[in-house]
Amino acid sequence: MSDILGALGDIFASPAMYGSAVRLGVFLAFAALGELVAEKAGTINISVEGSLLAGALGGTVAFDLSGSVVIGLAAGAAAGVSVAMVAANMSHRLTADQFVVGITVNVLVLGLAGFLDATVSPLGGRAGVVAIPFLSRVPVIGPALFEQTWPTYLVYGLVPLTWWLLYRTRWGLEVRSAGENPQAADVSGVHVNRRRREAIYYGGSLSGLGGAFLILGQVGSFDVGAVGGRGFIAIAAVYFGGWTLRGTLIGALLFGMADAFRLAVPVLGYQVNAQLLAALPYILTLVVMYFITKRFVQPAALARPFVRGLR
Amino acid sequence: MSTDSPVSPADASGPSLWDPRLYALLLYGVSVGFALVISAGLVAVTGNAWGSVAGALVDGAFLAPGRWGETLGVATPILLVALGMVVGVRAGFFNIGQEGQLLMGALAMAVIGTRLAGSGLLLLVGGLAAGAVAGGLYAGVAALMRFRRGVPEVISTLLLVFVAFQIVGFAITTDWFLRDLDPTRPSQAVTSAALPDSVRLPVITVWGNEVSIGFFLALLGAGLAAFVLARTVFGFKLRLLGSNPKVAQQAGVSFGRAGATALFISGAAAGLAGALMLVAGASSARLTAGFSNEIGWQGLLVALLARNRPLLCIPMAILFAALRTGSGFLAATGVDRTVVDVVQAMMVLALLVPPAVEFMRDRRRISIAAQATEPA
Repeated sequence: MSDILGALGDIFASPAMYGSAVRLGVFLAFAALGELVAEKAGTINISVEGSLLAGALGGTVAFDLSGSVVIGLAAGAAAGVSVAMVAANMSHRLTADQFVVGITVNVLVLGLAGFLDATVSPLGGRAGVVAIPFLSRVPVIGPALFEQTWPTYLVYGLVPLTWWLLYRTRWGLEVRSAGENPQAADVSGVHVNRRRREAIYYGGSLSGLGGAFLILGQVGSFDVGAVGGRGFIAIAAVYFGGWTLRGTLIGALLFGMADAFRLAVPVLGYQVNAQLLAALPYILTLVVMYFITKRFVQPAALARPFVRGLR
Repeated sequence: MSTDSPVSPADASGPSLWDPRLYALLLYGVSVGFALVISAGLVAVTGNAWGSVAGALVDGAFLAPGRWGETLGVATPILLVALGMVVGVRAGFFNIGQEGQLLMGALAMAVIGTRLAGSGLLLLVGGLAAGAVAGGLYAGVAALMRFRRGVPEVISTLLLVFVAFQIVGFAITTDWFLRDLDPTRPSQAVTSAALPDSVRLPVITVWGNEVSIGFFLALLGAGLAAFVLARTVFGFKLRLLGSNPKVAQQAGVSFGRAGATALFISGAAAGLAGALMLVAGASSARLTAGFSNEIGWQGLLVALLARNRPLLCIPMAILFAALRTGSGFLAATGVDRTVVDVVQAMMVLALLVPPAVEFMRDRRRISIAAQATEPA
């Protein structure tokens, strides 16, 4: 037992672990921030998985063509939005069931990504590491937070932006009212389904950006399995955070840390059952969901479609 | 509407000019056609002739010797998974973890078939039953999370898929569990031992095509699902729960119990599908890391494509199986076989549009009629 504790101490003392925890957490944070907005408006947007993968593929292909990370990230965001547009318009314009739409869109993107991967064979590449002066020299957390590839820092801007949009703009108020009480919002002149669609677009663009970040800011090469259910872990992060911005971020970091832990164990020379390690982030997510889901009050109209005159 | 005498909202939609069956047929025609056109465009854009692709698909699925038997064999687990999905969705639950439940079913079958001694028939029947129970229990984890704690099953079932892959990986790499240690085994890949020949499904040969009797079992399952959903109290309870949980509870249908049963059934169907794949000889009757081979996803899409009608699942499962077996013949045309995945997802997506449009049109008509009847 003391062996295990010693090993855990070793792992959690290693700076490499925190570096990769931040990278993986940031990737989840991109998706989770967007998902938070979509859920605030009343949609459990499972097409986030598809948006992530589309962003990863779009970002890689655009990077291959242009050689520019900026263009790659922009293309990733665009790919993410286009997936979100399909999902949003199917579920909040045509009122098809949001889960059916999400599943179908995810499978479609997976199929397209597999086909394009085999046909175009995207390569990918990685953005340069930029250390932020002073801040990166803070012990332990300094290098982890402020010595990363530069797209990582985008998330530091997106957090306040998302907060401002949700809590300090009229748009954000309307989005939240669409998720809490769509009937009342509708009566007061809020275009409920339009706000819901826009919230999903926002989520899609952040997820697409996150997908492009995964390849261009982190892994360096495209793989169809690169996203591997992480979109659903991002949804779990929103649940973990009780639909608050702060909590969602903590959730993303926590799940990112589980992922980093999985990678750090073999690197530091510890022998742990490989399958158990690989399953760890998913198991942790499930356990956390089990204990935490009932603690918080979710947006009252979450996962309920809105059709005027129907309850 | 303005010149008519006031109409009551109930019959505002009026008698349909369309025969519903004709309408459904048209719906499927248009959506499949749409998916094919888009996919043909995709093939053309990547610089290939879509005509030869279509030819290869039909050859691989039906025309070449022995192929349609193969197609029906692939359709069997897809159909079973789809039936489970239908039962779940009718009750209002989206179990999207069939890929994992299928693996757990195959795992249970492999344990019973390779680790226990007994007569072939006993092991076969016992293994299939155990497979169904294993799949059902695995979905039961999601049910527990849903009804105890309110965790949406859409998320938990999917996350459980990744765990199931690791469980199978553990089983086939662990000596005391399922790993094949026979030094004379045909390949060095890490797999379970093959099921003994006595634990296999009988095969019928029809016109040079081998059809496993599993297919007829699945057909029977489709009939059973249709009957239970449409004609029994239990099926009615499930449908009531699916269309309006509040009314269902007021009518005395327990949300937790009926819902958990629905999730269990959907998982059990996937588990049975996995066990059947193994006894029908998929991947040489050995459990491997990639054993499920996306059959779970296919079944899920088939259920959506069949718009949750059990009997419609039969032709849709055969269609999807045909695309899969046909894609085996694509190598010669230079188009990657994954193009089939795109065609399949496009079909489902295209099919979602018309019913939604129709729903919107009906809503509008009813609300116009309601306004017309209101006293001025």
